[in-house]
Amino acid sequence: MPVLPAFFASLQRDLLLVMRRKTEVLTALFFFVIVTTLLPLGIGPEPDLLRKIAPGAMWIAALLATLLGLQRLFAADHADGTLEQMVLSPEPLSVLIAGKITAHWLVCGLPLVLLAPVIGLQFDLPADAIGILMLSLLVGTPLLSFIGAIGAALTLGARGSALLVSLLVLPLYIPTLIFGAGAVESYIAGMGAAGHFSLLGALLILAMAFAPWATTAALRISLE
Amino acid sequence: MINWFKYSAPSTFYPLAGKLIPVFWTLTAILGVVGLYISFFVAPTDAQQGEGYRIIFIHVPASWMSMFIYCVMAFWSLLGLTFNTRLSGMMTSALAPTGALFAFLSLWTGALWGKPMWGAWWVWDARLTSELILFFLYLGYMALHAAIDDPRRADRAGALLSLVGVVNVPIIYFSVKWWNTLHQGASVSLTKSPSMASTMLWGMLIMALAFWAYTLAVALMRARTIMLEREANTEWVKHLPDVKETA
Repeated sequence: MPVLPAFFASLQRDLLLVMRRKTEVLTALFFFVIVTTLLPLGIGPEPDLLRKIAPGAMWIAALLATLLGLQRLFAADHADGTLEQMVLSPEPLSVLIAGKITAHWLVCGLPLVLLAPVIGLQFDLPADAIGILMLSLLVGTPLLSFIGAIGAALTLGARGSALLVSLLVLPLYIPTLIFGAGAVESYIAGMGAAGHFSLLGALLILAMAFAPWATTAALRISLE
Repeated sequence: MINWFKYSAPSTFYPLAGKLIPVFWTLTAILGVVGLYISFFVAPTDAQQGEGYRIIFIHVPASWMSMFIYCVMAFWSLLGLTFNTRLSGMMTSALAPTGALFAFLSLWTGALWGKPMWGAWWVWDARLTSELILFFLYLGYMALHAAIDDPRRADRAGALLSLVGVVNVPIIYFSVKWWNTLHQGASVSLTKSPSMASTMLWGMLIMALAFWAYTLAVALMRARTIMLEREANTEWVKHLPDVKETA
């Protein structure tokens, strides 16, 4: 059965919905910018210190910004019944969900990658370190979307789901944070980032294989 | 051969659990007294750490149990999702608070032990950090379970979460371990501990068995309560001797 048309249909639909209501996306982006701006204000403007905390700070801001968008992943479709139609559709649900997750990354993750150089300059990162940071975000943010989707699906229709999803998902984000921020740190320290990127890539492949499947199972439980 | 599926129904499991609970409480008491006696009076004073090390007899078994209980929860979850048995979800949610308790106990005793030995309540050691994350995973499970009103749905969602968690625990452990070696040298090495006196090992093993019996007793008691709560309207509950007496 051809699954690609279903994947792209789901992806296109979600992107179209976002384009019709752009503010929601921009909110998450502004959140990222504001959090990374607050950090130097709270910690102090010494360039040495800022350079040191930059990878971790930007990665944590990226985690939180991705978390903001997770709620939107299924909530609206759940409310208006689209999700039930997806479950009933003859196309495999995991493919449709993979399309939605990809759309979430294009909307919430990719802009962070593109914004990273600007924030990196604020933190006085050297140009080559910014390149590594962007690359680590490019590999790492899809991972965040895939893992987050499981949490978003599990908390669908639960009470206080906005807070709950962060409690469920943030501990699972720890490996991504460690290897993502670690890549930049070890590059700056002159140790090279290849090992971190290999692990990040391995985690991404693992998540791409299993997360849509687990998300589908969670959605079926939520829609029972 | 015993028909295990017979006891997968709450109506048959409830009386069985009722019979087992006193057994496990007795075991807890006996093993606990023996274990504490060994740990306080038999085990020798440590050459380097003095008497302070004796907290190990609570600390290590509690850590073991916190990890073991999470695996048991994942086992019940897998069983529940495959066979769709009601009992599995009840057992998983009955085990979670005890697991969280042991994770907390392990962190707390670790802090109490770490202060005199390392001079710090907390160090970012891989084991400490992953124990803390395990504690978060327990809290996440309980929060999710409590947030979903329909108990069957809560069970199934929780089961999926604990399975996702159990896949992630090794990944988290190794990532934290690697992060730790990258950041700080081996300022605190828990792995290179000097070889232990055999009485110390026995003390820890017996305490671990005591905790095990305690976990079983408490989890079965909790599971019985959950069963009564959920199945209050069924015939078998109405015919229970304890229910009849109070009615």
